[in-house]
Amino acid sequence: MASKIVTFTLNGRRIEVLVKPLTTVQTLLRDQLGLTSTKAGCKQGGCGSCTVLVNGDPMMSCLLPVEDVQGQEVTTLEGITPTPGLHIIQEVFYENFAIQCGYCTPGMIMVSKALLDRNPHPGREEIIDALTGNYCRCTGYEPIIQAIEEAARRMNGNGN
Amino acid sequence: MTEEKLNVVGQSVLRRDGLGHVTGKTIFIDDINFPDMLHLKMVRSPLPHALIKGIDFTKAEKVPGFIQALTHEDVPKNIYTILCLIGVGPDEEPVLAEDKVLYKGEQIAAIVAETEDAAMEAVSKVKIDFEELPTVYDVEEALKPGTPVLKHWGTNHFVYEGHHCRRVRFGDVDKGFDESDHIIEGRYQTSPVEHAPSETTGCVARPEPDGRITVYTNTQALFFTMDNTALILGVPFQKLHFVGGTVGGGFGGKVDVIVEPIAALAAMKTGRPVKYKFTREEEMRVSSSRGAWRIYFKDGVTKDGRILARKITTYADAGAYNRHTPYAVTKHAANIAGPYNIPNVWIDAYCVYTNRQPSSAMRGFGVTPASFALEVQMDKIAETVGMDPWAIRFINAYRNGDMKPHQKVVEDATLIEVMQAAAELVGYELPEKFKKMSSLNREEA
Amino acid sequence: MAIIKGTGIAAVNYPTGMNLGGDPSQALIHATTTGNFFISLSSTDLGQGLKTVIAQIGAEALGVPFENVLINTADTDTGPHCMGTFASRTTHRVGNAVVQAAQEARKVMMEVAADELEVSPDDLETDGQGNIRVKGSPDRSIHIIDLALAAHFKYGKTISGRGIYMKPKSDVDPETGKMDPDSTEAHACTVAEVEVDTETGEVKVLSLKSAYEVGRQVNPALVEGQIRGGSLMGMAHALYETTQPYYPAVDHMPGGFSEYVLPGPMELPEIESVVLEYPSVNGPYGVKGVGEMTANSPIPAIVNAIYDAIGVRITDLPVTPEKILRALEEVEI
Repeated sequence: MASKIVTFTLNGRRIEVLVKPLTTVQTLLRDQLGLTSTKAGCKQGGCGSCTVLVNGDPMMSCLLPVEDVQGQEVTTLEGITPTPGLHIIQEVFYENFAIQCGYCTPGMIMVSKALLDRNPHPGREEIIDALTGNYCRCTGYEPIIQAIEEAARRMNGNGN
Repeated sequence: MTEEKLNVVGQSVLRRDGLGHVTGKTIFIDDINFPDMLHLKMVRSPLPHALIKGIDFTKAEKVPGFIQALTHEDVPKNIYTILCLIGVGPDEEPVLAEDKVLYKGEQIAAIVAETEDAAMEAVSKVKIDFEELPTVYDVEEALKPGTPVLKHWGTNHFVYEGHHCRRVRFGDVDKGFDESDHIIEGRYQTSPVEHAPSETTGCVARPEPDGRITVYTNTQALFFTMDNTALILGVPFQKLHFVGGTVGGGFGGKVDVIVEPIAALAAMKTGRPVKYKFTREEEMRVSSSRGAWRIYFKDGVTKDGRILARKITTYADAGAYNRHTPYAVTKHAANIAGPYNIPNVWIDAYCVYTNRQPSSAMRGFGVTPASFALEVQMDKIAETVGMDPWAIRFINAYRNGDMKPHQKVVEDATLIEVMQAAAELVGYELPEKFKKMSSLNREEA
Repeated sequence: MAIIKGTGIAAVNYPTGMNLGGDPSQALIHATTTGNFFISLSSTDLGQGLKTVIAQIGAEALGVPFENVLINTADTDTGPHCMGTFASRTTHRVGNAVVQAAQEARKVMMEVAADELEVSPDDLETDGQGNIRVKGSPDRSIHIIDLALAAHFKYGKTISGRGIYMKPKSDVDPETGKMDPDSTEAHACTVAEVEVDTETGEVKVLSLKSAYEVGRQVNPALVEGQIRGGSLMGMAHALYETTQPYYPAVDHMPGGFSEYVLPGPMELPEIESVVLEYPSVNGPYGVKGVGEMTANSPIPAIVNAIYDAIGVRITDLPVTPEKILRALEEVEI
């Protein structure tokens, strides 16, 4: 099958790419566009390290064909990182030791972003629910849950 | 304890690598790519035990993007040498299988191709003729006569200085059993477990203009991996340069030196950078696991709860090859009797081979199964003598100055202190005599 | 059929360093004329935080600010030998090597400062803020940048140091097993509280409450990280994880996260801990290894808690619902 041109918005900029059919968004981002914050922990949809936002919803980019994002808005960790500085979610992950090896971190931050954009006051259960597709072997999850709670407080203007 | 004034030791300063991690800018192996980089994928055994009668690459070679196939004949010293480097022999694991395979997934031939997809397609087209052999999976079965023998030295166990197993002999266990009121036995079995690091094992080997090879790797042990690679490739050490230090989780799974030698060989053969990184499926099914252990306890205990004798027979399932298991068995033997003061101890710890993927180091290597078995056994003892689980541990706890079964004097004991602190944490009121106990001296409880 | 609670305990020890020793690590330190100190290593950070704790130890031993200590690892061309990151050894081994290297570098630093301030090196101290000052006269001081410039351009001296830590390799007596396996021992005690559903066989871990003794915490937040991650890994080993569910049979081998059973944030128990510090004799600032041990005590504590709940002792890991139901069935018959 012939390659296809797909047009979509990536991190706020409209782009046009030429991809073979069934090329995943993960492969496009990492191998064609050099945006490597999106990780590739399993390429099976099992770990969430490749999570990107499509129109604000978290999606595993390793299972997502590029054709499916035609006309959509895709956001990666590069897209939410301000220059200079950090997004509040990045700041709290850093300051609350919600990171160890760092490999799952981009995916964790992306699902946190999707959650907090949708629900600025998530309860613990809602945070846990949002994290269930994302795997972390190092931290035991609790520091990540606490970081998201803290991010919500700061984004609502009453953090410390 | 003297309290020295410290500036920064003891402070929860933020992680040095934290900003890279939260921005996704930390460079992992997957993020290292070169324009002319090739990809290596492995032809693996579909059978757990078989003779290799022939390999046919004809169809694989026709896959667009195919560059080269490597077999054991291409490997200068076709032996994984990890244990010989730390003085534990003998050599036994080939880098690429020669005339036989001992586990499902064993590496037989490497395919190097322009893309990952091409390499995988070529792998699927390699045809191998096997003659299937009988298998052995159970550690105790493996030691019985008449089972298939996996090792060239004629046994299914590692030989420890002329012995079938690592032995510990301390005091007289038979005398201890005679003096005991209760004999308490237990069988404990742990399971193979996957390290499951977020980042799979991998490396990129790149030929440099000066004739050296740079290997970017997520190994847990940089020099160890480089030294092994040089031995396998038969090149002087200065030809290699290893760069690493950032690892997406290890837990012991990245000390086996499996990917680097073959990737470096492929880079030398092709003159181009080569990436060899496990898929998640390879990480789970082929890379070494935490080994399964089977542990038998026999304890002689007095009616007031003192353990007088402890006899342990334990089997580590190394899988098909040693990797680091013979080392772990010795570490296990040093720890399996537990942090208790027991006058008579007898331990036989076996390293046994079976037809499964090799097991190797994982967090708590050799000690995790020991702690599980012996701490469940301690509860069994408590129940038998009609005693509280806390009491049985306080009564038998080792203290500074005691002699361990491997004849080392206890120096840094704090078992009593952590039990006291844990009891306080959960609001469990310990009897006064246990509250007053200390690891620093042996005043009887 | 009911949901029954149970409590179990376990107490463990864990050795620091490679079994039998023979696992040296080296460190090199040099100051540049910028007043920054580079620690060159070949050690690897697996996520436990080596790059951070080693900078802390280096800063402490040099007496300079944490920010002025930079870690250069891991490269075999520039970093001296390290045995590797395993066996709960790096903070102990590499930390000791860094302390030794720092002492050598600090000696030169103090000599140069003494020449500049025209006093004896014995009269000087570091303030940890980047100054070397005369004891009792804090206004007489020199900053490390000025000091590093003076050392290089005025005195022709290198502020540098070499360090190594080695516990020599020892042998095992093959007859008796007499050996010296460890450098020091850390300890832990965990109390697990579980709930067992006798209808489904499912175990819910309600809490893991533990006390750890780790010698000295270089970075308490990173120790806490090991405790939380290790506790969940221990719980996973106790109840969920296996690559061969019907071991020793090899069937049903998982090939991905959708088949390999692990607890996620939904299964998180309450994890609470206290950390005691009884400095070891041979660790830098008294440290003991902590990384591996944290996964160990939860496993038997959970298994003992299950027995406390249902009166059935399952001694075959992992304790799956299937094993619990089969064991309960046998008891009932």
